[in-house]
Amino acid sequence: MKKRLFVKGNEAVAMGALEAGCRYYFGYPITPQNDIPEFMSREMPKVGGTFVQAESEVAAINMVLGAGAAGGRVMTSSSGPGISLKAEGMSFMAGSEVPAVIVNIQRPGPGLGGIDVSQADYFQAVKGAGHGGYHLIVLAPHSVQELYDLTMLAFDLADRYRIPAMVLGDAMLGQMKEALVPHAHQLPEDLPPKDWAITGKGGRAKGNAVKSLYLADGELEAHNWHLHAKYAQLKEKETRFEAVGLEDAELILTAFGGAARIVKTAIAMARKEGLKVGLIRPITVFPFPAEIYRTATAKTPKVLCVELNNGQMVEDVRLSVDPMADVRFYGRPGGTGSLPDPEEIFAQICKHYKD
Amino acid sequence: MSDNVFMAGYGGQGILLIGNLLACAAILENKNATYFPAYGPEKRGGAATCTVIVSREEIGSPVMGHPDSMLLFNQLAMDKYVNRIASGGLCIYNSCLVDEMPKLQTDIHKLAIPANEMAAELGNARLVNMVILGAYAARTGVVSMDSLKSGLDSILPERNKRFIPGNILALDCGAEYARKAAGRS
Repeated sequence: MKKRLFVKGNEAVAMGALEAGCRYYFGYPITPQNDIPEFMSREMPKVGGTFVQAESEVAAINMVLGAGAAGGRVMTSSSGPGISLKAEGMSFMAGSEVPAVIVNIQRPGPGLGGIDVSQADYFQAVKGAGHGGYHLIVLAPHSVQELYDLTMLAFDLADRYRIPAMVLGDAMLGQMKEALVPHAHQLPEDLPPKDWAITGKGGRAKGNAVKSLYLADGELEAHNWHLHAKYAQLKEKETRFEAVGLEDAELILTAFGGAARIVKTAIAMARKEGLKVGLIRPITVFPFPAEIYRTATAKTPKVLCVELNNGQMVEDVRLSVDPMADVRFYGRPGGTGSLPDPEEIFAQICKHYKD
Repeated sequence: MSDNVFMAGYGGQGILLIGNLLACAAILENKNATYFPAYGPEKRGGAATCTVIVSREEIGSPVMGHPDSMLLFNQLAMDKYVNRIASGGLCIYNSCLVDEMPKLQTDIHKLAIPANEMAAELGNARLVNMVILGAYAARTGVVSMDSLKSGLDSILPERNKRFIPGNILALDCGAEYARKAAGRS
């Protein structure tokens, strides 16, 4: 019998990071993710790592850039408004190919918005929050266990592809507690060496440079094609999803993160009533698991996308499905007292199933 | 045994603590459990709510619109939430702070507990939450009393462990009350 702990989602992120060998954390407080820096401030020194509560989000992300450029496993965490402030640094890291993990425990917006459950930052996450047309790897856990496991995976993917990776959680996942089975992190043996890192010139003939400024003739275009090829490689090799009950489905529900939890209960209610409803849950939202949507909707054309926002992932779903598919949407943007319950989603299933 | 239970009362009555304890006890019994607190600018004397779901199956939503059980700690919580209980569900409430039962729209089971008085008799007014949790566990059998007692050791910070014997007494007291009430009905 494996040991099962009773853990809060935010703490699971921090535990996963430490287990994956993260030894640098730079952040600035914001609800609803404060348990992450709190945990890090207590536990990071115990493993000989560095915790800094920076003077601002902008300072924190640039410390992340620095530690990442020097080859360290480094993480920051925040929520919507703080991620906006970090966007410039994330763009620089994408341009400079600096691996790091950025955690967004989403809250509703825009602006300061609120502190409740929302998935308002899907666009911000998957389209690259900052300027210049880049992508991050974006992982979307839907349980405390996945917050732990996918944070570990985020570090490995970031290092493998020299790219910043985001863990996209929300206030429901961050604040809830459930069982967590801790396990040792197995560092993949085939990760490329960080021979590009700025660690001093050492014996090298030429020192390393980590930069995002390319002014020579044709240099920047070549760099961008290189980044583009990396994104194409991610789409080919690193998509992850959970699919349930597609074999006999008449209606496919799709949702990610916290919304998928509510949808799972609604599907169980529907199945109990004899409605044949399946689920596609993207685990990577960039790269988006387009192929499963295409093949599943070739057989079952009707899809209902449920999000805790006014419709963001649904655009990626529409780009992915079979041309004849019929994609519908139900969502609410979040805020105090605005979390849909499973009964509400069940009613939507009944409506779209018949119609 | 599975259940989903919503708890509500004043901030400071220990609602979140017993939510934590119940979910932790279920996990000690190797069941699945979620604990989901209402998250907001909460304060002592304000509203405090949480939902705990216990199941042998994978748990989807950590909140339900119509929970099967509710633990209601004051009149405010009673007025606001009682009519959301699923038909045939259970409402355990603190009769010391609930004077009036609102008009019920569905058929539910009720168990009134004078939890403030019982806690005062035990010598600590802050044991109200444990009295009610003990009654809930005895009435539903969702978790055993033993698991709740072991759970206390897992969830309480070191500085509060000296209160464990008093909390155990209060859990037993609530359980005893629920068993006697079942005998009467």
